[in-house]
Amino acid sequence: MEKLIYLDNAATTQVYPEVFEEMKPYFTEYYGNPSSVYQFAQESKNKVERAREEIAEMLNAKPEEIYFTGGGSESDNWALVATAETYAKKGKHIITSKIEHHAILHTCEYLESRGYEVTYLDVDENGLIDLEQLKKSIREDTILISIMSANNEIGTIQPIAEIGKIAKEHEIFFHTDAVQAFGHIPIDVEEMRIDMLSASGHKIHGPKGIGFLYIRKNVRIGAFIHGGSQERGKRAGTHNVPGIVGLAAAAKIAKENLESNIKYETKLRDYAISRIENEIPFAVLSGHRTKRLPNNIHFCFRFIEGESMLILLDQAGICGSSGSACTSGSLDPSHVLLAIGRPHEIAHGSLRLTLSEKNTKEEIDKVVDELKKIIERLRSMSPLYEDYLKKEKANV
Amino acid sequence: MYSEKVMDHFNHPRNVGEIEDPSGVGTVGNAKCGDIMRMYLDIDDNGIIQEAKFKTFGCGAAIATSSMATELVKGKTVQEALEVTNKAVMEALDGLPPVKVHCSLLAEEAIHAALWDYAKKNGIVIEGLKEPVSDIEERVDAE
Repeated sequence: MEKLIYLDNAATTQVYPEVFEEMKPYFTEYYGNPSSVYQFAQESKNKVERAREEIAEMLNAKPEEIYFTGGGSESDNWALVATAETYAKKGKHIITSKIEHHAILHTCEYLESRGYEVTYLDVDENGLIDLEQLKKSIREDTILISIMSANNEIGTIQPIAEIGKIAKEHEIFFHTDAVQAFGHIPIDVEEMRIDMLSASGHKIHGPKGIGFLYIRKNVRIGAFIHGGSQERGKRAGTHNVPGIVGLAAAAKIAKENLESNIKYETKLRDYAISRIENEIPFAVLSGHRTKRLPNNIHFCFRFIEGESMLILLDQAGICGSSGSACTSGSLDPSHVLLAIGRPHEIAHGSLRLTLSEKNTKEEIDKVVDELKKIIERLRSMSPLYEDYLKKEKANV
Repeated sequence: MYSEKVMDHFNHPRNVGEIEDPSGVGTVGNAKCGDIMRMYLDIDDNGIIQEAKFKTFGCGAAIATSSMATELVKGKTVQEALEVTNKAVMEALDGLPPVKVHCSLLAEEAIHAALWDYAKKNGIVIEGLKEPVSDIEERVDAE
């Protein structure tokens, strides 16, 4: 079989072999529970604390502000639910956006069912929120603003520092879901005035099932997972030591290579975008052209449906993804594409390709060549394309 | 997630295309839900379906069910074609994942829509044929 071309790094990434090597001893050699008293467990405990320091340093945070969790979704749930509960006396209003990950949106729906009010900010055609609308949405009883750093589907990067400034001015906590951004673009919680930040290990070539929530010291939220004194009593459960080691090792590599990865991936991304735009008709780029994750390529191809495209790409050894309804089992296309104003029939023809620094120009060339053939084939079968061509003919 | 038969009909769809001046043509589904099927039928004077062609905008299952539906109605009488149900299409494909069952309903509906057009053009009544719903979701919701 030909080599697999993996372009779904926003879904998950390969664990770097060197990260896996660092993790290994913490499965079989230093398997002690960091909470235990005896000397043998000290190595595990020390390693967890070193990992915490490394991650904190990367964000310009303090080590005691980093809380390890089971991943990005848990961090998002925790930040929202615990803030809402702890600060309910101050108010019951939360501001978020329409294009958040479901870990945020579904948690907001849950909170609404418990008597909280949520404002969902609109986004423009590029997926950016409007800072004026944000300001106007702030009320006396607003306790939290939660806006993602970068979107998981279309890659648009929000003006995080500006949002942080607005939140600070109004003395409202600011949480950001940085699952797609952490390790991919620079983040400084001081400069950007971020109070809480969710991140995940497996989006940065670390293991799955590990993440963290950064909680600024003055945010006094309680535990979400109860049952032990781990993580300063705020997150119960025996430490996932190999996971934490892997997360920190991956974060360290991401930090060291941040600039060169951004440079390399941005170049590759823009090459792919320009080839697709120049060579495939009726291809619409989604997301902001420059304020976007270096690894994100997202297009809607008119007259065709995403799942068919993914199956044919898969048969050519190419892994991509689609916000397509059919792949998720729901009939509605992606809420993100609808929020940026894409009509349903165009939103159905979506394709997301997400790079890692291991991808090459040769791979992109092969993908675009295959994509051209696949789209032509699917369009030749499409009644929408047939109608379009007939209409064009009639207009001539 | 798909059976080998579904993949075969997706990769090598039978009867893709259009028929010029068809005896009947029907389009069902909507772009909102992500599937549109158009079926063309060529029916001879004895009421036998000589040719069936389709065009489909949709997922792998939508394309495979369209392809199978055209295969199943070819050579049949109008009355026999009416008995090609979504279950028959699904069975012929060795099954569909639960979330894709609506694709087989769409295929059945496409046959009915093409037959309805044929009946209307020729001023005949096909026993048991109801006017097809334009939006397949109404039917999915009703079931």
